[in-house]
Amino acid sequence: MRAARRAAALGAAALLLLGACAAGQDSSGAPAEALTLTVVAAASLTDVFEPIADGFEGDHPGVTVEMSFAASSTVVQQVNQGAGADVLALAGEGSLEPLADEHRHGEVTLFATNQLEIAVPVDNPGGVSGLDDLSDPGLTVVACAEQVPCGSAAAELFAQEGLTPQIASYEPDVRATLTKVELGEVDAGLVYRTDVAAAPDRVAGVPIPAERNVVNRYPALAVSDQELAQDFVDHLVSEAAQTILTDAGFGAAPAAS
Amino acid sequence: MAPSSSWSLRVAAGIGLTFILLPLAALLLRVDWPDLGTHLAAPVVGQSLRLSAVTTSATMVLVWLLGTPLAWQLARSDHRLTAWARALVTVPLVLPPVVGGVALLMAWGRRGVLGGPLEAWFGITVPFTTVAVVMAELFVALPFYVVAVEGSMRGLDRRYDQVAATLGAGPLRTFFTVVVPMVLPGIAAGSALAWARALGEFGATITFAGSFPGRTQTAPLGVYAALEQDPQAAIALSVVMLAVSVVVLGVLRTRWLR
Repeated sequence: MRAARRAAALGAAALLLLGACAAGQDSSGAPAEALTLTVVAAASLTDVFEPIADGFEGDHPGVTVEMSFAASSTVVQQVNQGAGADVLALAGEGSLEPLADEHRHGEVTLFATNQLEIAVPVDNPGGVSGLDDLSDPGLTVVACAEQVPCGSAAAELFAQEGLTPQIASYEPDVRATLTKVELGEVDAGLVYRTDVAAAPDRVAGVPIPAERNVVNRYPALAVSDQELAQDFVDHLVSEAAQTILTDAGFGAAPAAS
Repeated sequence: MAPSSSWSLRVAAGIGLTFILLPLAALLLRVDWPDLGTHLAAPVVGQSLRLSAVTTSATMVLVWLLGTPLAWQLARSDHRLTAWARALVTVPLVLPPVVGGVALLMAWGRRGVLGGPLEAWFGITVPFTTVAVVMAELFVALPFYVVAVEGSMRGLDRRYDQVAATLGAGPLRTFFTVVVPMVLPGIAAGSALAWARALGEFGATITFAGSFPGRTQTAPLGVYAALEQDPQAAIALSVVMLAVSVVVLGVLRTRWLR
């Protein structure tokens, strides 16, 4: 029976510990009506969503915005699997398709656009000067996997321009692609214009002319019935947020489709 | 009731066992059995399984060739640095695999300590190749093998080496004809662990070797890539990996690991 008592004591201790953790989480916001809004977003939004969320928190005292970034396809699956997110923001409209209807709690708002750019290491070892250089078989080129928006955009671009680059690796998200370029492991990587702008001294950009480029439109929507979720989506098209987005190199919110 | 067992211990044991078995059972429940053949025919399945078979086989050959002598040196050397070497060999066991991948890039990448000269002088680049996959697998799997084999080699009575030596056998002959046959169960156990670790390797591979179908996209990377595009193919691939793992471990267990 001694063992049983000890097990019970252990169980009680574990419960206490869990309780303490839960309490710790609640006490992060100061006022009694502290609220946490969970935003899951595409990897390419990593740098801009921090200041945008700061602005939202400033407008809504007591609200804490928690954010998590991954490939668009990954965050959609997270929401479908019940990740408990309130807002979903993606890098392409196509990625929204797998989202289950039960998680659609509002209208889809298109809040930004983005275009591809060729990122090269600062010293540009492959001497890449334009889109057509990517077909050079001597170059090591990486792109995103096709299930993520930057990958489908890259595939579309290659098909549209009749390019057949030797892809060394299909990376799981755009930031992984950018990292391979930053580390100098590849001669070129296809990322968004905004990713190059976010890493000015770590990579150099080789622009793709607008008439040959592919445009991605970024959708966001509320994925819980939390009222603030829709507020956050609306905040994305506010003047303050739009300024942050365009400063970072995104295109302004397109007219509703 | 056995005197060493009480209900509380058995309940805890039962919870532990259920925790391990439940997700595996859930995986089997989610399989689309009638159309399993169609899902297994998806290109990602065959391609990544073939690559995993090739790379883990190459890894195991290297594990045996390098790991067995390393384990023997660690087991028998009296040098004061041996204890340090023994501890350092186990570092990849506790290192997050993705950190291992970054470390491999720093060593063998195009700007790496060794990879830089390798490219400048010989034009050889390691990352994003099948060789890089094998290196990532070797990095994470070798310690498992060395730890297991070194354990059984240390348990070996030194008098066996001495008798072999008095009978005129050189150190190399003693190693192959006396030591290795006597630690075969340890080698089998270490091999099973190392192989399983190599087969499951994900973090170091995607960091160091990237993900390209047929070249560096092994079965775990295939599962990851397919999960968002063709979930049923990902589940089918997972089931194959589960079945292969169970069969191999089962065979090893009945033959050597009793």
